[in-house]
Amino acid sequence: MENHLNAKIPEGPLSEKWSNYKKEAKLVSPNNRKKLEVIVVGTGLAGASAAASLAEMGYNVKSFCFQDSPRRAHSVAAQGGVNAAKNYKNDGDSVYRMFYDTLKGGDFRSREANTYRLAECSANLIDQATAQGVPFAREYSGYLRNRSFGGVQVSRTFYARGQTGQQLLLGSYQALMRQVNTGKVNLYARHEMLDLVLIEGKAKGIIARNLDTGKMERHGAHAVVLASGGFGKIYYLSTLAMGCNASAIWRAHRKGAFMANPSWTQIHPTCLPQSGEYQSKLTLMSESLRNDGRIWVPRDKNDTRKANDIPEEERDYYLERKYPAFGNLAPRDIASRSAKEQIDEGKGVGVLKNAVYLDFSRALKEYGKDIIEERYGNLFTMYKKITGIDAYLEPMKISPAAHFSMGGLWVDYELMTTIHGLFAIGEANFSDHGANRLGANSLLQACVDGYFVLPYTLQNFLADEIKNPKTDIHHPEFDKAEEAVKNQLEEFLATKGNKTAEEFHKLLGSELYDKCGLSRSREGLEKAIENIRELRKEFKENLIVPGDASEVNSELEKAGRVADYMEIAELMCIDALQREESCGAHFRTEYQTEEGEAKRDDARFSYSSAWEWNKNPATPILNKETLIFESVTPSVRSYK
Amino acid sequence: MLYVKNALTRKNLMALTGLFLSFFLIIHLFGNLQLLLPEEEAKLQYNWYSHLLAGNIVVKVIAIVLYICILLHTIDAIYLSLKSKKANGPRYAIDKRGRASKWYSRNMMFLGSIIFLFLIIHFKDFWYHFKFGQLPVDKNGNKDLYTLVIAAFDQLWYVILYVIAIIALGYHLLHGVFSAHRTLGLYHPLYSKIVKFLGMAYAIIMTMGYIAIPIFIYLNR
Amino acid sequence: MMKIHLKIWRQKNSQSKGGFKEYTLDDVHQEMSFLEMLDMLNIKLVKKAERPVEFDHDCREGICGQCGVMINGIAHGPLKNTTTCQLHMRSFNDGDTIYVEPFKASAFPLVRDLKINRSSLDNIISSGGYVSVDTGQAPEANTIPIANEIAEAAFDSAACIGCGACVASCKNSSAALFTSAKITQLELLPQGQKETRKRVVAMVNQMEEEGFGHCTNTEACEVECPEDISVLNIARMNYEYNKSKILRNK
Repeated sequence: MENHLNAKIPEGPLSEKWSNYKKEAKLVSPNNRKKLEVIVVGTGLAGASAAASLAEMGYNVKSFCFQDSPRRAHSVAAQGGVNAAKNYKNDGDSVYRMFYDTLKGGDFRSREANTYRLAECSANLIDQATAQGVPFAREYSGYLRNRSFGGVQVSRTFYARGQTGQQLLLGSYQALMRQVNTGKVNLYARHEMLDLVLIEGKAKGIIARNLDTGKMERHGAHAVVLASGGFGKIYYLSTLAMGCNASAIWRAHRKGAFMANPSWTQIHPTCLPQSGEYQSKLTLMSESLRNDGRIWVPRDKNDTRKANDIPEEERDYYLERKYPAFGNLAPRDIASRSAKEQIDEGKGVGVLKNAVYLDFSRALKEYGKDIIEERYGNLFTMYKKITGIDAYLEPMKISPAAHFSMGGLWVDYELMTTIHGLFAIGEANFSDHGANRLGANSLLQACVDGYFVLPYTLQNFLADEIKNPKTDIHHPEFDKAEEAVKNQLEEFLATKGNKTAEEFHKLLGSELYDKCGLSRSREGLEKAIENIRELRKEFKENLIVPGDASEVNSELEKAGRVADYMEIAELMCIDALQREESCGAHFRTEYQTEEGEAKRDDARFSYSSAWEWNKNPATPILNKETLIFESVTPSVRSYK
Repeated sequence: MLYVKNALTRKNLMALTGLFLSFFLIIHLFGNLQLLLPEEEAKLQYNWYSHLLAGNIVVKVIAIVLYICILLHTIDAIYLSLKSKKANGPRYAIDKRGRASKWYSRNMMFLGSIIFLFLIIHFKDFWYHFKFGQLPVDKNGNKDLYTLVIAAFDQLWYVILYVIAIIALGYHLLHGVFSAHRTLGLYHPLYSKIVKFLGMAYAIIMTMGYIAIPIFIYLNR
Repeated sequence: MMKIHLKIWRQKNSQSKGGFKEYTLDDVHQEMSFLEMLDMLNIKLVKKAERPVEFDHDCREGICGQCGVMINGIAHGPLKNTTTCQLHMRSFNDGDTIYVEPFKASAFPLVRDLKINRSSLDNIISSGGYVSVDTGQAPEANTIPIANEIAEAAFDSAACIGCGACVASCKNSSAALFTSAKITQLELLPQGQKETRKRVVAMVNQMEEEGFGHCTNTEACEVECPEDISVLNIARMNYEYNKSKILRNK
């Protein structure tokens, strides 16, 4: 039997839904706010902005991060920019246009009302960040500068050199630290949430481990907000930070929060390729390189010549050949998938034959080195730092890498999960991007959730909590949760096998990248599920974690994260298997057009899958949120 | 209390006293240069000049300020060195941080200590004798400091000691003058560069000037 | 493949005594990053049921600021403007001995091995390193134009990643570069200027309270800073501090 979820979308025309919601939402008076406590897990853009905004309103906030400082959350690494429908360029942008671009970019698999709200609140974010002292790029006149980004026809991207994420994060980090100073936020750095505590079905607190001392801590609150980011690190080789993990959302999932569209992962086309078995991460190179760089592979398989020795007529500029209209600027999912096809055909380049060339020789000839240096100098320097190769002299080698999780905890219009009192914001939820995220929309979503949406929707929830006293952390449910977490850690330590958590992670990652990555097939996914189960079994029997739980123990931290990945991986495959269509980043080889493009099936799959935990990773229950498009008619994405 | 303990305020004091002392060095050098005149003229001129300084009320006040500056500069140096030690805590077993800065900028305390020791000798040999000692008078009736100075610079070991101390002073000034401006808040990129250059020129001129005198005297006698 | 001898600082906690421990790796690849080399060592140690070397790291692309160790006596190792995570083994030779120590300063207490606690830097920001604007108060972003070169200069200061290499490289363990970069960024922008006086005094005092040393303008911090933050920020902090002290209202 299929369950259908109610997203609680407000009444009214699309453009009035958010204001209608705000009109009706309940309020909490300033007096009462100081009696209420909120836990926010994660201090990235979503977490820090939410914690700061709630504290400014007068709530008592406890803020957690596993890094040694909130400023290090992985939002810091975003390069490109942040979109906002300001229409400063007078080039025809509007909230509706931005909403439509986002919806189309997501291949019509996101919730209309949420996506519209994202566009609607985008302008406020630029105002807020500017007021915080974020040094956005400016015109010589002193007004804010914009640039264009993939998949749209207007210039609406605001940026701060190639470090927009860092600057936005520092803005919200500073807002957070200001509240730490006033005492409204208690900051717990180097703390990892290991379980969610439910009392009478409501989220009432968390169990966290102090990573410096190993001590288990109980924290109670009137509501819990998860802003723990995405889980692309599950592929091991990804653009994510080493510590990024899914533990917070997965453990919430196991307590009853539904996971939506877990298999939708954006694979970014322009990353540095893996150079050896030892590699720990893949570095992203800004997508902007594709404005002047041409992507190619040798025409013939197993060509061992150096790039510069291959004559022009023996090169295959496959993107220009297949997508003459967009050429090298085809959207991310298409560029990534095409690269993989070439690599799979044996035309990959580099030591491991896992990359394609990104060639600047024509641009260098056309504009001269100075112009190219001005545009991409920092990226060329970064490329040289990492690979030791001068890209002015020979083409760069790039390859696709896991980057962003469109999936995450299912949330309703209020960003509340299926657990009462548990909210999920930023990349940790699933809501706004559909099956593929547009460039420069991730920073936006994190900020809009934290600054402008959650403060209203959480308040609506907290209005009914005023009568409830502070959560008692000696409640038996806390005992139970702490006990379970301790037992799990003890199990890891007691296994005493001979494979490290990292080795398991690498195996899991490559299995997943291979069979549930850029393209998926029934056969591959079924095989993957089988292999993942094997691996999970081996993990239980053959893991090795030295030391003990009462001290700093990074191996123990890793073990916990990998244990969760082992379960999510299966859910991702089950989700991908269930969706018998291709849409956005989800490409099922069985469902493609004759030209090899994604073939969507709106009649059968116009829904978000929301999975419910059922005691075992192998038997999740599928719930559906049917996507209803009131204002737009889904069309076929074409970039030919 | 924090205001006084505050390192930035302390550094300001250090900078201001240092700059005053640097200014004094210019005056002192002009006085000393009179030693390079032909012997008879130099003697009368120099002794007259010394007498002038000793008798003038304005100069007396300045002298007191000078002593206070030396004292404050030294106390501050000791205070800040102790503070630095405390801030550093345990030290590195392998330390190659020196590649990033000039050796003299890292050893201002050491250079300052050499200068301080030298000052004690300097005060004892000349200032103390002039102020409290029994000196013969020249034909104008001024105390004959000139002969005392010349006699001192007649000894090779004294000249060497003097030169070493002046070189230490030179390096101290090389970093100190420019650093003082930074401490006081000169942040303009161009002016900061100019001050750095002028500071360097100043340090070199002072060093050359002060070294030239004893060597000249030693070689000419 | 290279053979690398490692002498790594091992210390159980801030109370216990630490010292170098020797390891040799025979199969270090030139293309490995420095941290991947440590990963390799750790996998070997864990497989022998020994405690791996604890070290700080996260993004591994030079922007989060969490990594940072002294490599052969230099913060973040031999390359200029490069964080530890972006240093690759091709910067070393076959047979080299590499000494690895944590950043050391009283304000950076050791957690374990190469891991340190830099919350003192957060406390400095917390004391005043922000614009006091609540969510919702912001005016339209283009209301106040900011000249391009001012915005760029503010960015130069804002680029700090908070790794603490400046403190580790300073002979006095001063956090002046870190503190002054934030003060300068916010002073340059009209949005932040209003609070400069209050901010600069609060942040300088907090820096003192955290136990950092003073600045003697050796300029080592600028040389070793991965983000190339200028020492002129420090001069600007001094200027603003003096100004606020001289011009204070009461």
